[in-house]
Amino acid sequence: MASQPEEEHPKKAFGWAARDTSGVLSPFKFSRRETGEKDVAFKVLYCGICHSDLHMVKNEWGNSIYPLVPGHEVAGEVTEVGSKVTKFKVGDRVGVGCMVNSCKSCQSCSDDLENYCPKIILTYSVKNVDGTITYGGYSDSMVCDENFVIRIPDALSLEAAAPLLCAGITVYSPLKYFGLDKPGLHLGVVGLGGLGHMAVKFAKAFGANVTVISTSPNKKKEALEHLGADSFVVSREQDQMQALMGTFDGIIDSVSAQHSLVPLLALVKNHGKLVMVGAPEKPLEVPAFSIIGGRKTVSGSMIGGIKETQEMIDFAAKHGVKPDIEIIAVDYVNTAMERLLKADVKYRFVIDIGNTLKASS
Amino acid sequence: MAKSYETELPLKACGWAGTDTSGTLSPFNFSRRENGDDDVTLKILFCGVCHSDLHTLKNDWGFTTYPVVPGHEIVGEVTKIGNNVKNFKVGDKVGVGVMVESCQTCENCQQDLENYCPKLVFTYNSPYNGTRTYGGYSDFVVVHQRYVLQFPANLPLDAGAPLLCAGITVYSPMKYYGMTEPGKHLGVAGLGGLGHVAIKFGKAFGLKVTVISTSPNKKSEAIDKLGADSFIVSNDPEQMKAATGTIDYIIDTISADHSVLPLLGLLKLNGKLVTVGLPSKPLELPVFPLVAGRKLIGGSNFGGIKETQEMLDFCGKHNITADIELIKMDQINTAMERLSKADVKYRFVIDVANSFSSL
Repeated sequence: MASQPEEEHPKKAFGWAARDTSGVLSPFKFSRRETGEKDVAFKVLYCGICHSDLHMVKNEWGNSIYPLVPGHEVAGEVTEVGSKVTKFKVGDRVGVGCMVNSCKSCQSCSDDLENYCPKIILTYSVKNVDGTITYGGYSDSMVCDENFVIRIPDALSLEAAAPLLCAGITVYSPLKYFGLDKPGLHLGVVGLGGLGHMAVKFAKAFGANVTVISTSPNKKKEALEHLGADSFVVSREQDQMQALMGTFDGIIDSVSAQHSLVPLLALVKNHGKLVMVGAPEKPLEVPAFSIIGGRKTVSGSMIGGIKETQEMIDFAAKHGVKPDIEIIAVDYVNTAMERLLKADVKYRFVIDIGNTLKASS
Repeated sequence: MAKSYETELPLKACGWAGTDTSGTLSPFNFSRRENGDDDVTLKILFCGVCHSDLHTLKNDWGFTTYPVVPGHEIVGEVTKIGNNVKNFKVGDKVGVGVMVESCQTCENCQQDLENYCPKLVFTYNSPYNGTRTYGGYSDFVVVHQRYVLQFPANLPLDAGAPLLCAGITVYSPMKYYGMTEPGKHLGVAGLGGLGHVAIKFGKAFGLKVTVISTSPNKKSEAIDKLGADSFIVSNDPEQMKAATGTIDYIIDTISADHSVLPLLGLLKLNGKLVTVGLPSKPLELPVFPLVAGRKLIGGSNFGGIKETQEMLDFCGKHNITADIELIKMDQINTAMERLSKADVKYRFVIDVANSFSSL
């Protein structure tokens, strides 16, 4: 007998879902809505695995709704467009990121900051306006309002574009907003994973001098030779950290584990900025002197609006900014999650949905 | 031979100093340098009592060297000028704030940000030329002309003294962090020396001002006398909830240890929380509100000389001074006890000239 997820919408869909807090994913039949007049339907060809997916399948943030189909770095090809769609046509190469709708009337939405809309509809595991649950990109198809669909330029392969839709925009947006996109600045990147490696690449594309700050000395060679960082410092090495005190215009901190901000604030110049894009669960200590003494700031940023996401993708295509990925078959996804937990990936898994996701008979 | 504070420099001076972590002040004879070519000597008329003075007296921050003569909200009258001094003359009413020297060559000094100079010399408790600096709880001071401010002619000297620290400490971040757009909503957390001046600046900038305080009994004064538009009691969950996401920026003047999470909740998207109070324990910063609302927490440390002069001129134009309680020097210990309990509206100012025999 067909389940509720299979019946709630008219179009059959197939994906992989987590059923419980073990986070283990397995094949899952569900359904997608009819293509509405403003909707774009597309077949999913690639989907990036974001660390948020791992947090969500295990309900680490306490808001997961099972069965949960993750995936908010989704890239594919348009199969159908609604009658009032003006921006896309069948065959277009498109992507969807972390959100599929917003209220479209609040100040944030009016300012092209849908990512901060209080009524934002995330791509997966939230209740949509029609009362059904959203299912993400670890699936064969998606239907999305055209205003939340991103065009992928020909210069970018779909598998390279996918991780940009979350990891890319998550670092691009604060680099722009906090004025850290000017040539010649000295920028630090803390944490060298999905977000961190994209921060290095975008910062280099903006003309910055980039230092990676990491706990792992074995990442140095790769950071310098492959990712293009200008220098590398091991955060536990006091001498190395001391030598760099007060030399950074800005630091992007992508680490979501608990860690001390004090040494990072010491690295920042007077009037410099520490920007958090990882969100450690417990509060972090900030001695008032650390920010008063040099007029420094600590701030945060969360993905980006649609307009800015399109701008970011176009920039990435133009400047050859692409993530480093490991393409996997969908039935490898649980192993990939285990490896992701150990940060054993350089630097994003991308699921080859188009070639490996087959509906079971 | 034991160092004699009275003879280490050529000019005899007298003041009141703290000598141990009890923070109790008592009369102290010491000495000051001769007035050099670039110096201005001022007879001190008034000196504000800043909470930093109390922290320093008790060595709360761990870097006090005793004996310490506090006082960095100094207003006085010029009694002598050096040969290279062109901008001041004898008889001028002037001010000296938190610093008396900087390197003058680093990037910060070049940008009129001497307050961030790594070689900054504070008005008191800093090592200086083999001795230490002594502050405004004393009869006179000799200062390099670069660090002396013109005092606005129309402002009362006593009520204007706190502007030299409290004033610039809130004015500088309000300008730097863009808290000056008319019609925007400013929150002022903490209603003491810094907080009450922040309200006055906020209103002068055309902002809507809400005071955030733990003390409900400060409400009518905040609104009726200081001009705040509204008042929230921070430990009243309903009032805080009703104000969620309504404030553009907050100046946090609270020097006691406190939680910033509720203050972050009051901020709108892109909101800024600027801390100018110096709690002794680290702030606990929850990162999620920063990320989810692109909010910012920043600090600021008084201001450069150029900006301090700008602030004083602004106060002269808008008739802004502090609300003070004038005391004599020998009442200072009682004043410090009351200050530690926040029992002052809102700054003690020492009537120095009438407390000491003249030079």
